[in-house]
Amino acid sequence: MNEHIWEILTDAFPKLLGYGVRVTIPLMLLSFALALVISILVALVQYANIKGLRLICRFYIWVVRGTPLLVQLYLIFYGLPKMGIVLDAFPCAVMVMGLNEAAYMAETVRGALESVSKGQVEAGRCIGLNYLQIMRHIVLPQAFRVAFPALSNSMISMTKETSLAATITVMEMFRQAQVINGRVYQPLALYTLVALIYLAFCTILTAGQHWGEKKLGSYGQTSRQESLFSRLFGRRKAV
Amino acid sequence: MMLQAKNVHKSFDGKEILKGISLDVEKGDVVAILGPSGSGKTTFLRCLNFLERADQGQLIFDGDVIDLHNASKKKIAHTRKKTAFVFQNYNLFQNKTVLQNVMLGLTSARGFDKKVAQAKAIKALEKVGMADRLDSYPIQLSGGQQQRVAIARGLATDPEIIYFDEPTSALDPELIGEVLSVMRQLANEGMTMLVVTHEMEFARNVSHKVLFLEDGKVIESGPTKDFFENPTSDRAREFVKKILSTHEGTQE
Repeated sequence: MNEHIWEILTDAFPKLLGYGVRVTIPLMLLSFALALVISILVALVQYANIKGLRLICRFYIWVVRGTPLLVQLYLIFYGLPKMGIVLDAFPCAVMVMGLNEAAYMAETVRGALESVSKGQVEAGRCIGLNYLQIMRHIVLPQAFRVAFPALSNSMISMTKETSLAATITVMEMFRQAQVINGRVYQPLALYTLVALIYLAFCTILTAGQHWGEKKLGSYGQTSRQESLFSRLFGRRKAV
Repeated sequence: MMLQAKNVHKSFDGKEILKGISLDVEKGDVVAILGPSGSGKTTFLRCLNFLERADQGQLIFDGDVIDLHNASKKKIAHTRKKTAFVFQNYNLFQNKTVLQNVMLGLTSARGFDKKVAQAKAIKALEKVGMADRLDSYPIQLSGGQQQRVAIARGLATDPEIIYFDEPTSALDPELIGEVLSVMRQLANEGMTMLVVTHEMEFARNVSHKVLFLEDGKVIESGPTKDFFENPTSDRAREFVKKILSTHEGTQE
């Protein structure tokens, strides 16, 4: 019996990992890229206080954050065909997940932009910089540093949210686990395995965030030198 | 006349902060703008550099007549490039080193070659005694050091006039001296300066003219000596008396 499960798992692992690398990760990356572009635009519209557009952005954030991702996926994938709009499952998932996460990320980016003191913007104007130069040299670099941890958070969230795409027929890693389970019926073993693969993906992203934060520097602020181990397991070095 | 401000008006939310302020500045003048809190000193200075848009008023700068309310973006940019502004809170760019802070106005805003800009920046930093901290970030400096870098940032662009908005008000008492001595040195070299300040010692010993504001109006405007020794208005007389007595009180 035990050998039987072992065989199933060693058989399933490369298949699951294959779907993870070929579908789950690209789905996450594409959705995240879309979300990043939209969120920056939405945040900039609000930061620059462009009347009219600003209202549309607030409305978008209100609606998207106020409804569940699963419902949004169903609505677009199963609902829109009633109006004659039929989308393939994968692009539909990219679009819905991108638009969904963008609403959260837009608030992250807006907060980060606003965290740069108005005084620095005024100083920029006084030394003769124009708006774009102030954004490029002063506001955006500082805002990016502030937004980076929260944006990493979003990316990690999205990695796991891709499993919802299974519900609209995208054959991704979790859907594949369901299919294998349908054949061999080992839910405990198979779903544990797939959970571990998600965990591995997210661990890699956490390490990436750790590296990125170090790389970005802190403009002279003495940051506490935290190891990746302590970041993952919450242990701090005694000072 | 190098700079003239005429009849500057400004309201915030229906409350009139400036009720028609005028001022004449000659090249090389150091003008102290004095007055109790809320008298409109800072707002007046900010209007002159378009950080606030005046409701009405005229600026004549270098023979250029500029409407303080309706000035075009181009005109504002042109005027700003000939001036420098030193803030109460320094407002150094937190993501830039000392050297980068001072260079940015030269390279990006004025198109100077990087090498030339660097030489000019270092020269300005030497003047304020901060050339030994080129690679430090603002957060690593004391308030007095940050303010000196901020002054160098303004100086590097060879401004015709420097506006100081309460440059020592945010500083710990022991750091005020280093900033004031830099300002005194600039004044001695003939820099034209407009200084909103509560430092009476500085106003009395360094400035040539005093503009005394209260409640958005000019109460007194004239040579510094006259203001401190023979103030004509009751309000100015009271102000001077109060300042001098508290000053002597703290020195005892």
